[in-house]
Amino acid sequence: MSYTSQDNAGISSGVKNACKDIFKCMQCGVCSGSCPSGRHTSLNIRKLVRKAARNSDVIREEELWMCTTCYNCQERCPRNIDIVDAVLGIRTLAAHEGIMHSEHRKVSELLLEHGHAVPIDEENRKNRVEIGLEELPETVHKYPEELEEIKTLLSSCGFDRLLGKKRKGSLKRK
Amino acid sequence: MKGLTIFLGCLIPNRYPGIEMATRLCLAKLDIDFVDLEGASCCPAPGVFRSFDEPTWLAVAARNIVLSETLQRDILTICNGCFASLADANQILKSEPQLREKTNEHLAKLGKEFKGNVEVRHIIEYLYKDVGIDNIRSHLDKTLDLRVAVHYGCHLLKPSRSRGLGAFERPEFFDELIECLGATSVDYPDKMECCGAGGGVRSALKDDSLKMADHKLSRIKEANIDCIVNACPFCHMQLDAGQEEIRQKTGTDYNIPVLHYTQLLGLAMGFPAEMLGIDRNVTINKDFIEKIERILLSEEME
Ligand code: SF4
Ligand code: SF4
Repeated sequence: MSYTSQDNAGISSGVKNACKDIFKCMQCGVCSGSCPSGRHTSLNIRKLVRKAARNSDVIREEELWMCTTCYNCQERCPRNIDIVDAVLGIRTLAAHEGIMHSEHRKVSELLLEHGHAVPIDEENRKNRVEIGLEELPETVHKYPEELEEIKTLLSSCGFDRLLGKKRKGSLKRK
Repeated sequence: MKGLTIFLGCLIPNRYPGIEMATRLCLAKLDIDFVDLEGASCCPAPGVFRSFDEPTWLAVAARNIVLSETLQRDILTICNGCFASLADANQILKSEPQLREKTNEHLAKLGKEFKGNVEVRHIIEYLYKDVGIDNIRSHLDKTLDLRVAVHYGCHLLKPSRSRGLGAFERPEFFDELIECLGATSVDYPDKMECCGAGGGVRSALKDDSLKMADHKLSRIKEANIDCIVNACPFCHMQLDAGQEEIRQKTGTDYNIPVLHYTQLLGLAMGFPAEMLGIDRNVTINKDFIEKIERILLSEEME
């Protein structure tokens, strides 16, 4: 799969590529019956799989981001379809079109800046010292040269550019 | 046997340092050869970063693995998310030459190269398989007479074809690790169900995420237990901080103490609760703290 922004035909072949197996789906519903998210949210993974097989518009579905990647559906699917891998693949297409939640963008920016998705804060610097640990952990937080490595790596991978991308479509909120 | 590096990730050192302290104390007491993985970063978290861009996810994970390869030690993770990222990335890079080559092109800019000669372990399966129940038992000072709701979390076991830890539907090894401390692992409905935090759901869709946590907590509450014990700081945060968030939203106050397994093990080894950070959760249950203080003050084990 190429990771540049794509036209509609490109997205649609990207979706098919992300989940080739989806055509094996017999719509039995074992996946949605096993889905903890589907019990409490509007995610219907069986329908999402069907939609992905038909329509590239699936990249705009809000439900895509309700999957906790718990793998229940994939483990139990009688047709051995790699459902979660497909969800991840479709999410990638969405993200590369600039369609992402602002919170996810924020977490990504934290990774770019600190090398951690959840960096240290004042309260926990204090907590660490009070229980007898050093104020900073033995991670990139303590070693600035190592943090530079992460920054080099993320820019080599084009991750910073991905985040700079303008949103081309919006999530369908129900 | 190869020694270990401990991989802290983000949440343990930066939000629940008590789990880091507990891990250090327990591994030292068990005489396990471990060192810090200096300069490690975010694993990176599988939910968002693997979704956004797999090559980036692979490269950052590979760098963490290479740090451990340089020390010729296997990596010990204390978090299901870190385990998912590092173990999956390790497997992909070992078995797919093309992806490995691409990843190494990025790493070359840091003067690094992925070689593929170490393993990634999760502390729960490591304690069970390599340290062993009998060996753990011989290092305990206290009998923890507690009723425990164990929460395995998803990525310790699934996808099962990559984890190789056997059946994901009804696993028992974590329960055994709890029972060897003298505690009872209490069965409860939906025990294997997800806490609702993973996949980036907790960060972006908090309300949806909390509905799943609320359901799980309600099942646990009905089982009449003393505490929840987990294997992952992200599940830990969801079940601990999530209780306060649910209380503010719905008024339901579960007040259930939440411990990472290393903290429970630390108690059984006789370390005080404050040293293990058990009193630094968001949800603090005074009765539970008093109960473990009584246990810790009681006579040593025979
Ligand atoms: S379990 Fe598999 S075959 Fe059945 S509906 Fe879901 S994806 Fe299709
Ligand atoms: S992996 Fe996602 S879609 Fe599948 S069962 Fe879990 S939450 Fe539902």
